Amino acid sequence: MALVLVAIAALLLVAFTFLRRRSPGVLRRINAFERLTQAIGLAVENGTRLHISLGRGNLFTARGGSAFAALAMLRQLAERTSVSDRPPIVTSGDASLSILSQDTLQAGYKAAGAEEQYRASTGRLTGLTPFSYAAGTIPVTRDENVSANVILGDFGAEVALLAESADRENTDLIGASDNLSAQSVLYAAAQDPLIGEELFASGAYVGAGPSHEASLQVQDVLRWLIIVAILAGAFLRMVGVSF
Amino acid sequence: MRYLTAAIAIASGLIVLVGYLYPLDVLLQLRGLLTNWAVIVAAMAVLVGVTNLILVHLDKIRNGEKNSIYGVLLIVSLLFTFGVGLFFGPNSQFIRIAIDAIIVRVEASLMAILAVTLVYASIRLLRRRTDMMSVIFLVIAILSLIVAMPTPIGPIPGDFLFLQFLHMFSDGGARGLLIGIALGALLTSLRVLFGIDRPYGGN
Repeated sequence: MALVLVAIAALLLVAFTFLRRRSPGVLRRINAFERLTQAIGLAVENGTRLHISLGRGNLFTARGGSAFAALAMLRQLAERTSVSDRPPIVTSGDASLSILSQDTLQAGYKAAGAEEQYRASTGRLTGLTPFSYAAGTIPVTRDENVSANVILGDFGAEVALLAESADRENTDLIGASDNLSAQSVLYAAAQDPLIGEELFASGAYVGAGPSHEASLQVQDVLRWLIIVAILAGAFLRMVGVSF
Repeated sequence: MRYLTAAIAIASGLIVLVGYLYPLDVLLQLRGLLTNWAVIVAAMAVLVGVTNLILVHLDKIRNGEKNSIYGVLLIVSLLFTFGVGLFFGPNSQFIRIAIDAIIVRVEASLMAILAVTLVYASIRLLRRRTDMMSVIFLVIAILSLIVAMPTPIGPIPGDFLFLQFLHMFSDGGARGLLIGIALGALLTSLRVLFGIDRPYGGN
């Protein structure tokens, strides 16, 4: 069953990617991503920084998915802010993720033709436990001339400390997580919260390419398939068919 | 180089995925071998990450940046703990004291701050966003707390029914969110597996 789902998703992804290459899709408006676009422009013009927090998503566990989604967005943000005097700072709570963030930042600068702007110190490992990560990240939001915080990835309730710090500094906060506790915290703390799978839409909204737009379409198709399966299962159980 | 890194990543990903779906002996052995390699690389990554952290703080100290005194504290305590751990082993009494008396205590106090921060965030929610969903969110959160907490008069009448009613919606909503997240993670993984997203090798 799992293999069938993966195979359907893979086929649809390939098909929709080809379709999206020919005609880019129209995405619905999400306030948080509009705020992010404004924040990028403001950071470049004001000479301030973006702080991108990728969370603690271990790449060897199921939590790695959100980290990869955040890295895809980071790649675009690095490219778009490469003209800024102050490069964005990326913090993470997992060592492998931290190395990938440095690599992604470098790739973004390279793509923008500004590889000499890249500094390895802008991709940082700030802590290996939830609270040490929060404690190590708070000084970045406070001391590094940050104008917007993008908090995207796997977090727990400790994300409230980061959100509070961003609020205290009167900076923008764009936040999403694959963890339900963090999501409820961010719902209360962020100006425009991102809910559920909107985290995985971030790449499409920052222009990461047709494959990201195609992913959104595949998610929609699979969601409908799951809805039909749930309704069919409930109906069959109701009429006495067990499976 | 970029094609080589992509080929290694895609091949490793496919072997692990197929080994997960079809547990054949050869695939399981390969999966185990790759996972062990990944664990060793991840352990080295911690050392690289910590070295990077030290360099960042050394830079701050050298440039006399704001609050760089904390950088000095961090580097000294990090090197001291690392040295003691290296010489006396991770189970030595000093390491245990460092964990019990400092790390656990500091994290516990951060947890206490977190509780206050969460209350403060919920109070400010309506100031930040005054819409129907925020009001519902806050009312439900307060009602759940009232029903769940102990009172001097014992259980509040009807609390069980209220919690059952509430769980019906919250469980459904949580499952919906988790299905959405699972689908997003699946598609993200497929993009990495196909080499479309390559957050490695400078691509």
